Amino acid sequence: MFLINFVNKIGESTIRTCTALGEFSVFFLEAAKTLFTTRLRFKKLFYQMEHIGVNSLNIVILTGTFAGAVLAIQSYTGFKRFGAEGYLGPIVALSLTRELGPVLAALMVTGRAGSSITAELATMSITEQIDALRTLCINTFQYLVIPRILASTIILPLLTLFAMICGIAGGYVICVYVLSLNGEQYITEIQSYIELRDIVGGLIKAAVFGFIFSLVGTYKGYTTRGGARGVGLSTTKSVVISSILILISNYFLAILIFGE
Amino acid sequence: MIELINLKKQFDDKVVTKDVTLKINSNKMTVIIGRSGEGKSVLLKQIIGLIPPTSGKILVDGVDTTHLTRQERLENFHKFGYVFQFAALLDSLTVFENIGISLFEKNVEHEKIYKQVKEKLSLVDLPEDVMKKYPSELSGGMRKRVGLARTLIRDPQVLLYDEPTTGLDPITTKIIHKLMKSLQDKFKVTSVVISHDLEVFNYADYIALLYDGEIKYFGDAKTVHKSDNPYIQQFISASTTGPIQTEIPHTSEDK
Repeated sequence: MFLINFVNKIGESTIRTCTALGEFSVFFLEAAKTLFTTRLRFKKLFYQMEHIGVNSLNIVILTGTFAGAVLAIQSYTGFKRFGAEGYLGPIVALSLTRELGPVLAALMVTGRAGSSITAELATMSITEQIDALRTLCINTFQYLVIPRILASTIILPLLTLFAMICGIAGGYVICVYVLSLNGEQYITEIQSYIELRDIVGGLIKAAVFGFIFSLVGTYKGYTTRGGARGVGLSTTKSVVISSILILISNYFLAILIFGE
Repeated sequence: MIELINLKKQFDDKVVTKDVTLKINSNKMTVIIGRSGEGKSVLLKQIIGLIPPTSGKILVDGVDTTHLTRQERLENFHKFGYVFQFAALLDSLTVFENIGISLFEKNVEHEKIYKQVKEKLSLVDLPEDVMKKYPSELSGGMRKRVGLARTLIRDPQVLLYDEPTTGLDPITTKIIHKLMKSLQDKFKVTSVVISHDLEVFNYADYIALLYDGEIKYFGDAKTVHKSDNPYIQQFISASTTGPIQTEIPHTSEDK
């Protein structure tokens, strides 16, 4: 009996997972088709860029600055043992451009804007606003989904750039004013060791992360059922799934972009 | 004419409509009544094509609309206007933007949209100054009328009303019913109304009763009170005894 129940549960969970993956694939294909076959709504795109980007700027700047500051102060302890304090600048900059900048910005924006995208679309879904748009012959993907996905994909690299700059600045402040290191050396070493591909690679990663959280966010919101509880569940799942996918894809993107 | 033939809708294990067969006459108002949770709204959404039926056919002017392509479904939507139970107005848009949304999407000139919105607002007896308001600033009755105006802007041939008077006071209910009737007479549209409200019988042409996933009664609205059909009799008299099963146990007073 226990064995039958166990097998049943595995079967049910497999079917559920396959169904969800199938639905997600259909949603993605429909979004891709809409993107390439319909006119882009620029007004909606710019509105979403402002909503997602400008409104997330504060938290991204704050996160980036303190990440750079912590990185500088923690690395100093180790680097001091080898007499390599002069390399604090490059290590802070490399970490921020390649990893911390894109990942932290993506996770923060997922928490702030990804959840907002899901909650908004989920509320529209359960209050029949999406059905109403369909009955008015409005392409709901063109109207609701594409502007959000495109805006996130465009705006996250820009936010990441802010996170990188603020992080490096945060590291500089710690190095010069707390650790009493040479500020000029901090900047010169960064200029010597940081390549353009480090920054571009980080920005490409950010664009992919923006695409991931917005695709998951719009999908979870668009397909929400079941009232207020459904909105809450979808929002939570959207943030959790997006964050996991960002962290997993980060590994593969690091290999793909930087080839190490 | 709209014909529903052996329509069945099932969600997972739950059968909502078993076998619905119904003819909805053109240019007439047909009211579908039934208990809560009987699948009336699901039936209405199947008619417009928002929900696909599990089996059966829906014929709109002789054309089967159950297996349409995406483009054909979009064209099919053009024939219909759907008034949602809670109006389903877009919260982030003003009344003007809500009513004119389908025209904005077609890139119609602002002046023309304004003129049309103004005209539709007067049709549903709303003053021009509500245009700038947001849905959250409107009363329930006003929201329903804005929802109706939004539907009318597309000049539909068929109007589907999903419980248009739910949550409204008796006076507003009567106003909405009169409005539905006047639009029916003025534009000669086909109206299908889902309702619990027996007051709507005064304005309807036909009544259909949905129970246990089937149409148990269909007849002229004028003669419905004289019908000996036990289902419609029990529904009209609001009796707990009869063929319609109730969720609440019978009391001696009911008998």
